[in-house]
Amino acid sequence: MSVGEATGRRAAAARARAGQRTGFVSESVKRTTGWSAALVVVLVLSLVPVLWIVMLSLKTPATATDGSFIPHQWTLSNYSDIFKTGIFTSALRNSIGIALISTALAVIIASAAAYAIARLDFPGKRVILAVVLGVAMFPQISLVGPLYNLWRQIGLYDTWPGLIIPYMTFALPLSIFVLSSFFREIPWELEQAAEVDGATPFQAFRKVIVPLAMPGLVTTFIIVFIICWNDFVFAISLTSTTRAETVPAAISTFPGVSQFTVPYGDIAAAAVVVTVPVMLLVLLFQRRIVAGLTAGAVKG
Amino acid sequence: MSAVAAETPAAPKPRRPQLTGRARSERRLAAMLVGPAAIVMIAVTAYPIIDAIVLSLQRSDLRFPNQSKFIGLSNYGHVLSAPVWWQDVLHTAIITVVSVSIQFVLGMALALVMHRTLVARGLVRAVALIPYGIVAVVAAYSWELAWSLNSGWIPKLLGLTGDPLSHTFGTYIAIIITEIWKNTPFMALLLLAGLALVPDELLEAAKVDGASAWQRFMRITVPLMKPAILVALLFRTLDAFRIFDTIYIFNQGAQGTESISMLNYSTLLDRLNLGLGSAVSVLLFLFVALIAFVFIKGFGAGVAPGGATGR
Repeated sequence: MSVGEATGRRAAAARARAGQRTGFVSESVKRTTGWSAALVVVLVLSLVPVLWIVMLSLKTPATATDGSFIPHQWTLSNYSDIFKTGIFTSALRNSIGIALISTALAVIIASAAAYAIARLDFPGKRVILAVVLGVAMFPQISLVGPLYNLWRQIGLYDTWPGLIIPYMTFALPLSIFVLSSFFREIPWELEQAAEVDGATPFQAFRKVIVPLAMPGLVTTFIIVFIICWNDFVFAISLTSTTRAETVPAAISTFPGVSQFTVPYGDIAAAAVVVTVPVMLLVLLFQRRIVAGLTAGAVKG
Repeated sequence: MSAVAAETPAAPKPRRPQLTGRARSERRLAAMLVGPAAIVMIAVTAYPIIDAIVLSLQRSDLRFPNQSKFIGLSNYGHVLSAPVWWQDVLHTAIITVVSVSIQFVLGMALALVMHRTLVARGLVRAVALIPYGIVAVVAAYSWELAWSLNSGWIPKLLGLTGDPLSHTFGTYIAIIITEIWKNTPFMALLLLAGLALVPDELLEAAKVDGASAWQRFMRITVPLMKPAILVALLFRTLDAFRIFDTIYIFNQGAQGTESISMLNYSTLLDRLNLGLGSAVSVLLFLFVALIAFVFIKGFGAGVAPGGATGR
């Protein structure tokens, strides 16, 4: 491109900016209106199904099937009902314990691997990344049969470790992606400085990098917790009783009053209870979750 | 700005080991750090899938444990000659193609809103994340109970007299809407990562040159974010192809909506036929591998997460 053309274009850009500035008020009003409309659409589409399940959970059994969005008769009895049944309280305990342990293990194992991938030169890095990618794409249901068979033989069927092992495994790829991209952003010189001061590579990792990596670790912990908390495939296949059944599996087996009635209120109330912790995490850490998922997602 | 950037280079220079001893200790550390993750991932996926391959070559039925024996590929013959398998492949393909295409369009719109919005950026982000964070089973129940004639508000709103979930078309619509609602935010996040790579100056220059918003989007934004688009489509397609939770909650595959995963589950855990079920597992695994292969080799999806190529 010639110099004349470039200056011409720059002048045009300046004119356009000046024009924008004079028409600033009307244009910004128009744009704000447009974005507000988009915001309202996003709000409504995201929230209606959530509000609906909340509304359903607040309906009395008699009005649960009236098809109205807003309850005609309000009640909290569905909530007190589910907490009276052993099936839900034990499922809640299982869900919390299994998700927390799986998440902690996954984040610990993944942060070690991610550190090596982000910082160290070693042969076989490509192989490791291929394995990570392979596991990320793996159809989990394909493991249900062999794991069901194996767990029954070695006594892990319907136990906490029986779910923790697959959860941890399938949380590793995303944890490694997210953490290694966080680790790559950490100032490299600090670690070298520590090593110059006589720290071993391991000390440099533990004393310098881990504190700097804390935000990344927290983000990864939240994302992985959500994944473990949400699982249904393994929960429904590898558990059968209140010993290890998590909430998603338990909800799907809630008994109705009779064989032909659906316990709408109980399902809805349990659904709300299991949704609340995740909603809180999402609302409190939305900025971090978005940063973590987009950073870990792809750098093409 | 540029001076600061120049002082602190964004990407660390690859370190060339000066001492072989240092390089060796670095490799040992790397092996120690990567080892646990690699062992766990390989042990928990490779061993069972090999087990599944072995089981798929046997007659293995938990109801008749004494009749197990090696029968070669006959389970595969059974599965591949059964109309139900091909029907389920078709159901899965329909749900995958329709839901992922719509997720892509809506996800792109949502990503643009999240990227460009001037008002309440945090609010948009938080609200858009709600479907992503919600338990899949809860999302499925919410939509199932909303569509069901017995309990839902949707039939009432649309003035339907029959139960939309009692026939195939209505059930597909409901299942696909559930999938779209649940997964569009994640699609948007993957695309948002790509949008961030499009330089504003380029868009502004094109605007000055008289390109319309649509032209700028199609000629600049989309080509520049092609890698992100391919990876988003790859991951969403693979995930949609494995659809299980939503269908299980809706009707466990009644009304002609049974997916391959659902068939896999029912063969294994309802009929307890490990041989046939494992054959389905292996076929599903091959399908997924084929989709990944087509995306990566065919379309050149640069799947190098977190700068896997060591940029």
